[in-house]
This record gives sequence, C-alpha cells and structure tokens, in this order.
Amino acid sequence: MVRLEVDALSFSYRDRSVLDTIRFAAESPGVVGLVGPNGSGKTTLIKCIDGILKPEGMVLLDGAKIPSLSRPEVARRVAYVPQGITNHSHATVYETVLMGRRPHLSWRVSEADEEAVVQAMEALKVEEFAFRCLGDLSGGERQRVMVARALAQGSPLMLLDEPTSALDLRNGMEVMETVGRLAHEHGRLVVMAIHDLTLAARACSLLVVLRHGRVYAQGTPAEVLTPDLIAEVYGVEAVVEEREGVPYIFPLRPRRD
Amino acid sequence: MTRDALREGIAAARQKRAAFFFFTILALFLLIGVAVTLGSAGFSVAEAYRAVLAGLFPGSFESSDLAQTIVWDFRLHRVLFAVVAGFGLAVAGTVMQGILRNPLASPFTLGIASAASTGASVAIVLGAGFVGGSYLIIGNAFLFALLAALIIYAMARYRGMGATSMILAGIALMYLFSAVTSLLQYLGTADELQEVVFWMFGSLDRSSWPKLGIVTLLLAVCMPYLVYRAWDLNALAEGDEIAESLGVPVNRAMTIFMFIASLLTAAVICFTGTIGFIGLVAPHITRMVVGTDHRFLLPASGLVGALLLLGADSLARTLLAPVVLPVGIMTAFLGVPFFIYLFMRRRDAGW
Repeated sequence: MVRLEVDALSFSYRDRSVLDTIRFAAESPGVVGLVGPNGSGKTTLIKCIDGILKPEGMVLLDGAKIPSLSRPEVARRVAYVPQGITNHSHATVYETVLMGRRPHLSWRVSEADEEAVVQAMEALKVEEFAFRCLGDLSGGERQRVMVARALAQGSPLMLLDEPTSALDLRNGMEVMETVGRLAHEHGRLVVMAIHDLTLAARACSLLVVLRHGRVYAQGTPAEVLTPDLIAEVYGVEAVVEEREGVPYIFPLRPRRD
Repeated sequence: MTRDALREGIAAARQKRAAFFFFTILALFLLIGVAVTLGSAGFSVAEAYRAVLAGLFPGSFESSDLAQTIVWDFRLHRVLFAVVAGFGLAVAGTVMQGILRNPLASPFTLGIASAASTGASVAIVLGAGFVGGSYLIIGNAFLFALLAALIIYAMARYRGMGATSMILAGIALMYLFSAVTSLLQYLGTADELQEVVFWMFGSLDRSSWPKLGIVTLLLAVCMPYLVYRAWDLNALAEGDEIAESLGVPVNRAMTIFMFIASLLTAAVICFTGTIGFIGLVAPHITRMVVGTDHRFLLPASGLVGALLLLGADSLARTLLAPVVLPVGIMTAFLGVPFFIYLFMRRRDAGW
C-alpha cells in the first residue's frame, strides 16, 4: 500500500501564483482525478508531486518527502506520463517501454526487466506493434505506449497527465478501465489530470476539483459533480444524471451572467 | 502478437545488432588493409600487411625497408587517424542528436566547427593565439571550438537549457564565427588566405603518430563513460521531463554530455580542419539498423563514422592520384545527397 499526502502545497512561476495551499490525501489502490478548467493548475500540480517542479509545502509519499529524495529514488516510487507526447523519436515501442525500467537497471537488461516490459505491453495491448517506431503510431496508440512505460516502471504511484486526450471514445474508455484495473490488481495509486468529467466520474474514487490554483472541492464523483459546482467552476449550465451509480454530465450551454 | 513471437522479435533485434557489429568491424579491418596499400609506391595488400606486422613484431616477419618506411612513416598513422577521427566525430554527433532530440544536431550545425575555423584563421592571419610555436593553429582551433560550446551552454543555461534554444544559439554562433572568418580572410594576404582556405577544407595530411595518440587517448577515456551512461542518453532522447521522471539528473547530465561531445569534436577538428557530415550522417545510418539504444548505438555509430571517413579519405587519395583531395570535400560530396534524402524522407518535416 502507498499513501500520498499533499499538504499546503503552493507554487508560483516567478511572481504569478499557480497553486495555492493545495491539500489532499489518497491511498492505494485508488484513482484520483484532478479536474478543473484550463489553466487551473492540474499539470503544474502533477509536476510538483513528481518533484520536477519545486513547490512550497509538503508532498509525502508513505511519509517520505519527495523533494528530499534523489531523482532515481523518486523514479522508483513515482512514474509520470506527460501530456501530449510529440515525440518523433525513432525508438520502437519495445525500446520505449523498456526505458521505464531505467530506475531499476544497472546496465544490462535482465530477464525480470524484460518480463516487466512484456507484461506492461500486454496490459496496454501495445505488443502488436512492439517493433514499430513510435513516430509511426497513431496518437492513441502512442498514448497507450506511454502508459505502458509508466506501468513497466513498477512505481506504486502513477501520475498521468490527460491520458485520454488523444483517444477516441472507445480507446479512452478502455485506457481508463485498464488504469482502474491496474490500480486495483497491482495495488497502485493513480493520480491523473483529466478533462472529461464523465470518464473521470467512471474511473475515479476521489475527485479533486481545482479552480484558479486552489482546491474548490474534493470527494467522491457523486458528491462533487453537481450542477452548481459545474456552473461555478466551469461556467457551464449542466444536468447531472446518475446511471449505475455514476454521475453523468450533460453540458447544456455556457452560463451567461 | 503472442509472447513467444515477442521474445523472438527481441532476440532477432539482438542478432541483427551483433551481425552489424561483426560486419562493420570486419569491413573496417579490410579497408584499413586496402587503404595502407593505396599510394604512388605501389605494392600489394599482402606486402602492406607484412610491413605492418614486421613493424609490430620485428624478426618474426620479413619486409623491405622501403615498404616498412612508407607504411609506418607515411600511411599507417594517416589511416588510423581517419579511423579515430571518424569514430570521434560520429560519437560526438550521436550524443548531440540524442540530448538535443534533433536529427539535425551535429558538431557543425552547432557552430563548433565554424568556431574552430575562426580560431585557425586568427592564428594564420593575425598570428595571435593562446599557445605559441607549431601548435598555434591547433591550439587556437581547439580552444575556439570549446569556447563556442561554452557560449552555447551559457546562453541555453540562461534560457533554461532547452534543446531548441541550444540549437538556435548554435546556429546563430555558426553565422557569427563564419562572418569573423570571412573578415579575416578579406583582411589577410593572398598566402594567408590560401592557408586559411586550405585549413578549412579539412584534410588528414597533417596527421602524425603523436596526434593519433592524443585523439585515441581521449576516445579511450570518453567512450567507456558514454557507453556506461547510455541509459541517461536514452532517457534524455525522450525529453527532459520524461528523463527527469525516469531518474536522470537532467541539467547535470546534459552539461556533461555536451562537454564530452564538444571535447571530442574539438580534439579531432583542431588537427584536421573542417570535416563535415560524418557527425551528422553516421548516427542516422546506424540508428536505422541498430535502433536507438545508445548502449549499442554509440559504438556502432563510431564504427560507421570510422568506415565513412576512411572510405572518403581513400577515395580522396585515389580519385585524382597523385593529387590528394582534401577529405573534407569528399565527406561533403558523400554527405550532402544523404542530407537531402533525409529531408525528403521525413514525414513530419513541418517544423
């Protein structure tokens, strides 16, 4: 089990405050969705949790402060899939997923590393094009490869920034199902930034709603996703209907004040 | 794809790599043998090898004094210098393309070679330099090349060390140094002008055993380190943030890699003058066959660079024999068509 605690986290680019006293906690297995409009600080928060950016406040993983760990130590605990991969590299899918093993490798690739790579490729169904170049794949296929790499990394905490942004309806649902399954079967904690509220509602056990760099609300999807909140945070009039225990959002029109 | 097929694919890639190494090393040995025989004092491949072996193991092999003198004093160090220079330039290019994530990055597009030319011109035209005596030109070329790398590094650092800013800084510097070189040529006498132009052609005529020793030693130090750090290069090729999240200390790693690549380039071109395209082309050819794993890409691309430069020099020596063409011209003749082919082939050329 892994426990993530974010406490009083603030971050500014020069003098512009991007995140302001963010506070939430979650445990594995689970999927946390960071939602909120463009520019609300989702991506910045993910980078702060991974220690790529150095925020004020605390990020604790099982009680250890992430900023005080060395980069390889962080990499063994936290995997990160950035948003919008525009990678034109000649690397094959296999080589790319293998990279996820870097925090564990000495120099040689062991049997165990290879096995982890094969399993991760199978879990994300990318083994079909294992030996094709990343640049030759569709956006959705590429995104699945990136998630496979994060999975191969074997870290208990996975940070995903918009993992479904390049995916069509079915692929988006499938990746989210896979992510949920990974969380529960492999005991991982997944924290992801996500725009699609319905996909978020289906997959997440906790939603953290960000607005102007602050936590506006947090709780289960059913608690959080109300017409009032959507009107307030997104400025959109919406209807929320529950199906199979999941709140579905039907946006009607931008709210006019 | 079944698990077995996947495993087979992984094994097949491994075999392909091994075969590539085997054949490039074999080809390199053969080409060295042929290259040693090329020249006006015509003797056979067998005689050339005998002379080489007689020098290495005196007493065990018979060879004429003339053959031994020609091979050991004139040809062998030039041939071997082509090998280490090609190796070094290709490795430097591979490292730069890796960390800058740009297929067009090379010691030349980053302005390092132009800076070396400027350094040489300052020595030739103004007679000014950091080191005096017979090493004036070499010392200047070397230090100017490193200076260019340092400026790029400082500019990029100031802007946050992005790959794109480093390339932009490099291109800007290339123009600046070219302009300075042109100015010096304009101001210089006819003799000086000729010397500058000749230096810039790039040639292996100036090779010698001590120079070969210096470059070999540098490679012997840098290469194991680079191969040992190959995983960092692999991760950096994926982007700074990904590399960081995979546990690479990005800024430090970039700095070290950039320094080593610049050092290798400077050490080679200060002795040879401008030899273009090896550092650009060799990594591309190699990547197509060996893949992008720098553990294998670095040495393989070094071997390809060695083959290319030795091949180009052999052609340069025979094409208009007894006139020896500058090898820098030959590498450009071979390199430019490939460069254009590369452009045409890129489907994502939209940037």
